[in-house]
Amino acid sequence: MLNPCEKCEEVLQPFLDRQLSDSEHAEAEAHLDNCSYCRKRYRFEATLRMYVRQAFAEQMPPDLKAKLSALRTPLV
Amino acid sequence: MSESGPETEARRIADDARERARFEEEVLELSDQVYRVARRLVASREEAEDLVQETYARAFRSWRSYTPGTNLRAWLFRILTNLNIDRGRREQRAPTTQPLEEGDYFLYNRLEAESGAEDEERIVERLSQDGIVEALSAVPHDFRDVIVLVDIGDFTYQDAAQILDIPIGTVMSRLHRGRRILKQQLAEVAVGEEA
Repeated sequence: MLNPCEKCEEVLQPFLDRQLSDSEHAEAEAHLDNCSYCRKRYRFEATLRMYVRQAFAEQMPPDLKAKLSALRTPLV
Repeated sequence: MSESGPETEARRIADDARERARFEEEVLELSDQVYRVARRLVASREEAEDLVQETYARAFRSWRSYTPGTNLRAWLFRILTNLNIDRGRREQRAPTTQPLEEGDYFLYNRLEAESGAEDEERIVERLSQDGIVEALSAVPHDFRDVIVLVDIGDFTYQDAAQILDIPIGTVMSRLHRGRRILKQQLAEVAVGEEA
């Protein structure tokens, strides 16, 4: 039998991906409300995801856009 | 009156051209997203640019295979991922040999232990953006594809499954394992930068 913190860690990813059932979600939230250990780690994971997303927000080179438009079928 | 007279034919051609032009415009509107994902599927910017151009060339060529009203983004990204696989562009790295049985909290635990910092945001900020890019490129491609589509491309599990032609359960397990590998790499990068 998992203790509440182990259970919480196990549902970390599906929780953040909003893949838990309503009752599972409520159970995880109730634990997070009362457990600073898990709360910190969850907040870290959520921040990390945002940070990863930001790291990859690279703009497309403008000349590539022009090249793609040039691939379009010419209107005759 | 014949239905296949020159006027009918001309109208059909005109309608066809209009529909095609509209399709091409819609596909072009997705190019920023296509580039962002392509950039993370291959190693270099040049390769990403080639891959994006090939994707668009093929998409324009095979526009008739797209069924209007269905998910255009998923259709287009499927071309992208298939081309990437076909052309063997991914630099396959050997899967990491370290055991992955550490839990989901280990990156936090490790960074926290090193820094003694309290605040979660501060701890994340200890990871450099370059470090994250480097860490993702070290994730084996099967796992990386799923992370890139879901976390960077904003696709649902369902769409990612359709694009990669794998079951949704496989998307979920690869995502979970892939993120753990990513965090393990991040931990190594962070520790490396400390040294």
